[in-house]
Formats: sequence, structure tokens, C-alpha cells
Amino acid sequence: MATKVTMEALSPTMEEGRLVKWTKNEGDQVKAGDVLAEVETDKAIMDLVARGDGVLRKRLANEGDASPIGTLLGVIAAPDENIDAIIGGAVPATAAASAKPAQANATPQSSDQSQSEAPAPPQQKAAGPVAAAPPAPRPASPPRPTAPPPPKGNGARPGATATPGGRQRSSPLARRLANDKGIQLGGIQGSGPGGRIVKRDIENVKATSGAARSAAAERLAAEGDFKDVPLTLIRKTIARRLAESNGPVPTFFLTAEFDATRAAELRAQLLEMGDEYKVSFNDIVIKAVALALAEHPEVNAHWLNDKIRHFNRIHVAMAVAVEDGLITPVLFDADRMTLWEISAKARELAAKARERKLLPEEYTGSTFSVSNLGMFGIDQFTAIINPPEAGILAIGGVEEKPVVINGALEVRQRMRVTMSCDHRVIDGATGAKFLQTVRRYIENPLSLII
Amino acid sequence: MAVVTYRDALTQALREELQRDDSVFLMGEEVAQYNGAYKVSKGLLDEFGPMRIVDTPITELGFAGVGVGAAMVGLRPIVEFMTWNFALLAIDEVVNAAAKMRYMSGGQFKMPMVFRGPNGAALQLGAQHSQAWESWFAHIPGLKVCTPGTPADAKGLLKAAIRDDNPVVFLEGEMLYNTKGEVPDGEHLVPLGVADLKREGDHCSVITHGKMALVAMRVADDLAKEGINIDVVDLRTVRPIDVEAISRSVQKTNRAVVLEEGWEICGMGSQVVDFIQRECFDDLDAPVLRVHQEDVPMPYAKNLERAAKPDAGKTIAAIKKVMYLD
Repeated sequence: MATKVTMEALSPTMEEGRLVKWTKNEGDQVKAGDVLAEVETDKAIMDLVARGDGVLRKRLANEGDASPIGTLLGVIAAPDENIDAIIGGAVPATAAASAKPAQANATPQSSDQSQSEAPAPPQQKAAGPVAAAPPAPRPASPPRPTAPPPPKGNGARPGATATPGGRQRSSPLARRLANDKGIQLGGIQGSGPGGRIVKRDIENVKATSGAARSAAAERLAAEGDFKDVPLTLIRKTIARRLAESNGPVPTFFLTAEFDATRAAELRAQLLEMGDEYKVSFNDIVIKAVALALAEHPEVNAHWLNDKIRHFNRIHVAMAVAVEDGLITPVLFDADRMTLWEISAKARELAAKARERKLLPEEYTGSTFSVSNLGMFGIDQFTAIINPPEAGILAIGGVEEKPVVINGALEVRQRMRVTMSCDHRVIDGATGAKFLQTVRRYIENPLSLII
Repeated sequence: MAVVTYRDALTQALREELQRDDSVFLMGEEVAQYNGAYKVSKGLLDEFGPMRIVDTPITELGFAGVGVGAAMVGLRPIVEFMTWNFALLAIDEVVNAAAKMRYMSGGQFKMPMVFRGPNGAALQLGAQHSQAWESWFAHIPGLKVCTPGTPADAKGLLKAAIRDDNPVVFLEGEMLYNTKGEVPDGEHLVPLGVADLKREGDHCSVITHGKMALVAMRVADDLAKEGINIDVVDLRTVRPIDVEAISRSVQKTNRAVVLEEGWEICGMGSQVVDFIQRECFDDLDAPVLRVHQEDVPMPYAKNLERAAKPDAGKTIAAIKKVMYLD
């Protein structure tokens, strides 16, 4: 029986993927799990694996082609099996149905494709505009109720993704939308009754980062690692009013200048001790932020539309510039890492990011973010919040400045930071108190290594 | 377009069809001398005379049967019941004679007749006189059932019902006779079995019929002020039901509330929900909710009667629930 090879959702946010390289040739024998091709997602280069056994009979995409999720890229089948129908797009319902169990839930093979009377040929679909996967054609007029019911199995859509904790509830529409968009339901926080995933939750996934869907997010959602705070009426009103006035994330900014003289001295001393003790200002800031977050759980939070989630664990994302964009690898449990562990891990993640080798679980699941442009000579800047996180800290460069201390002019190392806050979650005073704590750590850096 | 009452729209329909076709006649209690209990036949006796506007004794079963016989021999009777609560006495003629005759005679007899009268609760008329009967008659193959909510629909549907060769149960809203609305000038026909989208919105579908169409339109106008825009699908005819109109709306809004005047169990809404779950399963973002009369005989006491009836408040609550706003 034939198995389709389709463009799969290999990153939580990808809408199309570019086939970098086929690793199997037409005619090669393949087993389920074998790597068929390398696919470049919006985040990294990932392996596309076979979902069934047989011979790779046909490769429909060329190397370098970009295809929306769900596009047919190839066919795995028995050596003598007739696959014309699949390639032609007119998939017999039985073949489609039997191929389905072999495919992961992530496979966004639209069941509408097999349902519709005249599905668009896949080649045509591949040529279509990015992300504009056309809505599945619907019969022009729904059958009257007197019409005979469709044959069993045809028209059945894949159910909700089961989660370890049991069945994930979701509305039929949410399942269809997720299926169409190639989104996995596991890990999405449903906002309906009993945690039911509804339409708006799927739309939010599309609108925000992939944080909520990854393995890391599932780890985050593990019981007891967070506290959900029901929205009070005033909180709801603040959220609604501010979002109306200021886009989807009503952001405000708090800027502070820290004295980094002692931090600079500490760095210098550590460097004298040897390369293995070397830390960057960025490492110092991450450690300070992580410790401050531990003291301010209301900042270590996600906005989840119907509630605010305060996390008990602290996962700090750091923005890393890559060749054609930006990615935010995560330092998990950063508050429990030593400064040197942070330093080593940050270097490792940054290197992987630049090679585009980060795995989805390495760049999703953060609870707060830090962005540093100090090394580019930027004094201060504002960073954009990575939803559903409630804040991000933008770090400027450390430079010598004249400062008045106790009535006397002194030259000190100064660092300007700007915190972007989601006002639905963080109020001005909350953010300011958090920054005070960050300041305390940065200006007393010994506290970071003891 | 002229603004007329629901009552006058019905009278216009009767007059126009009586003028158009001399096989059409009206009979019932008090329809002639008294101009009808609700004055729907006002002036018709003077215009058409006692052979075509016929007062009957207080014998619902008897004159309904006379109507069935007249239809069998080629006339087009309109049988008025003073209220549909009284029509229970005649239900054997409606269900076992009128609804079955074409079928059991192998099509030898047509049944071009209309049973009409006020339906549903008015105000404090007590349990026996405050009932909505549409689901009873919609249950019966062989009948068509109209439930107009506006003057325009009342006129257009009644004219179409009189011209139909099948028995039509025509349920007028007892509380609607004095309501006003625009009615198109000239010949105005509304085909049976076609719903009307009375308000348009993307957020939720309210599917309703009869008197409740007015409630739904008021709800739509109120919710529009909160930025919630709903589709109001007025079925107008509850047998046959316009399933396509329901599907079209629910597939657009992904959520539905079904509003009706009658009781919950085996009500019209049960059938509508069934159509929705079959035709729109993958479009639904929330369970379909229903708004209907409480499952009790209508109380007489004013406050209890109000509590028992479906209303705008209950409808808005249901809409917000399916939109996950509550």
C-alpha cells in the first residue's frame, strides 16, 4: 500500500519548507523512519523521514523547491504498485485512509483532499502562494439530509492529538483548522470549557510564537511548574482596553541605567583566573535576570487570553542574530545554573543557532527573553515581546560615563537596559520593582557567583 | 413599500387570493359576521358573500372534515381555527385525512387547503391556551408548516400556501397580529421552504422561526452595540426546512443557537440541531445551544409566565456561551 511523502510541519511555526536535498533516489528501498530528504524550515534544517515502508517510487519536488505544508513531495509504494492515481491527485479514499495510520499526526495531509470531488493537483498546489493553502473545496451545496450517508471512513478527520494526561478536548472546527495548518494540538492550552481547544486557540498559535506547541512547552506545562492566575475583572478590563489602544500586545517600556563597574571588574578578575572562568556581560545579565525572575514570578509569566500563567521554573531565551534573521534559544532553569554553566551553554546555543542546527525544543518554551545589542555599540533600544511572554529585556552596551556620586563626579562603567512589558500582565510598578532587583544583582555581582 | 400590520397583511393575502381564484373560500368560527376573532377576515363577508366566507358551528373536527372533502372535490378551502389550541379537536382530520389523502389515493386526490389560526402563547391565557404547535405538525409527512414572523412573510407565505396543492398548516403568531412591518407592494409571494437571513453577522448563527424571529432581530441589534454580529436565520417554513440556509450560516459562523417558542423535548430545535451536527460537524467550534420554553405547562402567574418563556436575555446568554464569552 502506498504512503505519501508530504511536506510536514517540522517546526512549530513553519508554513512552508524548502527541500534542500533528497537523500534517497527514486527506486531506493526505504523503511519507515529512514531519512528521505533535508528540509529547511523557517528555523532550521530538519530531516524529513519516511512514514511507511516500500520503494521511493517517485520524487515530485526538486531540490531547492519551497512547498507549503501538506504538499505531496513523493510516493513510497511497492515496486509494482500503480501509483498514477496518487500522483494525479485523485487519491482513492481507501488508499488515503490506509496510508493515514502510518503517518504522524503532524502530517497535515488534509482529509478534504481525498473527500473533495476534484482536488487540485499537488503540483499546482506547490506552485501556489506561501501559506495560502487554499481552503479545501466544499461541495457547492451540502447534501440534503435525505441523501445516503457517506461511506464509513470517508470524511472522518483525524481526532485530537492524545496527550500524556489523557484525551485533549478540542472542537471539531479547531481540529480541522489545526489539521489544515499542520499544527499539532498537543501542548496547546485550550481556552474553552474544560480546556477545550477552540478556534481562537488555533488562531493564537498562528499569531504567536511556537512556544506553546513544542516538547519544551509540554515540559513547561507539566503539573506544578506553574500557577494559573484567574483574571480579575480589573485585569480583564485593563487587558481589553490596552490591547485596543496598542495593538495585540499593549507594550510599555521601562529604561534604567545600571552601574556595571563592579561587573566589569568581576569579569576582568575572572578572566585573569583563566579562560575557563571567562564570562560575558550577557552571561552576567542572564544570570541576574534569572535570579530576579525567581523573586518576581509575576514577570515570569505568559498571557494566555483567559488567564495569566506564572511559571515556577525560569527559562530565559536569548536573542541570537543569525544570517537572515533572529532566533531565541533557551537557557532552561537558568536560575539554577552557575554563571559558568550559563556562559558555556549560551556559547553552545549561539553556535548551533548560527549553523541553523537548533532543535525546536531548544528554541521554544521560554518564560522570559533577553536581547543584547551592546556588542554592536548600541547604547539602548527597545525589544519586541515574544508572545505569550510578558516581557523582554533589551541590553545596551557598557561604556564609561561621567556620573555624580555623593556630590562628586566619577567615571563609571554604565549599562542601559530597557524592559518591554505586556501591560496586560505587568503594570508599571511591577516592572520597575523587577528592574530594581536586576539592578541589585548587576551592581553587586558577587551575588551571582556565590 | 407600505407599512402594514401582520393582521392586515394576512387580510390582504386572503382578499387577493379570494379575488384571484373563485375556488378559494374561508370557513371557521366567527370568520364572517364577526369579521374573525382576531379580525383577520375583516370586510371579507361584505366583499365575497356568505358562500365564500362561511361561519361554522363550534365543531372543529366537523368543519375541518368539510374542508378536507371540499379540497378533494377541487375547491381550495381555508379553514380558520380560532386558535391552534382548539385545533387539537380536529387533529384527526389534519393528520389522518388531509396529510394522507394524496398519498393513500395514489395521487388521485390533491389536497389544496390551508389550516390557519393563531399559535403560541399570548399573555396570561393559561396552560391550555398558551402553546406552540409547530413541532407536532412538522412531524407529519404530507403536511407543510409555515410560521411567518413578519407582515411581509405572513402575506407572501399565506398566498403561496393557498396556491399549494398540499395541505398547509399555517401558524400565525397570536402576539404578532398588531406588529407592523413593510410589505412589498403588488403581488408578493414567499416560496414555502425557503429561509430568510434577517440579520447578517459572522460571530454566531441564531436559527429561529415564527414569533421568535422578532426576538432574534432585537437580540442582533442589541449585540451589535457590543460589537457582536449575528446571523438571524428565520426559517419561515418549518416543514420543509431550508437546511442549506442553516448550513451556509453555521459554516460561516462556526457556532449556533436555536431559538423557538415551544418546548425542548422533540421541539423544532431538536431537528435543527440534528441537521447542524450532520451538515456542519467539522465547522463547529462549540456545542449548539437551544433556547425554548421551560419544560412546564405555561404558568398563569405573570412572573412565572415570563420566567417560562424564551426571551432575549436567555438568547443573549446562550450566544455568549457558544462564543466562549461568558
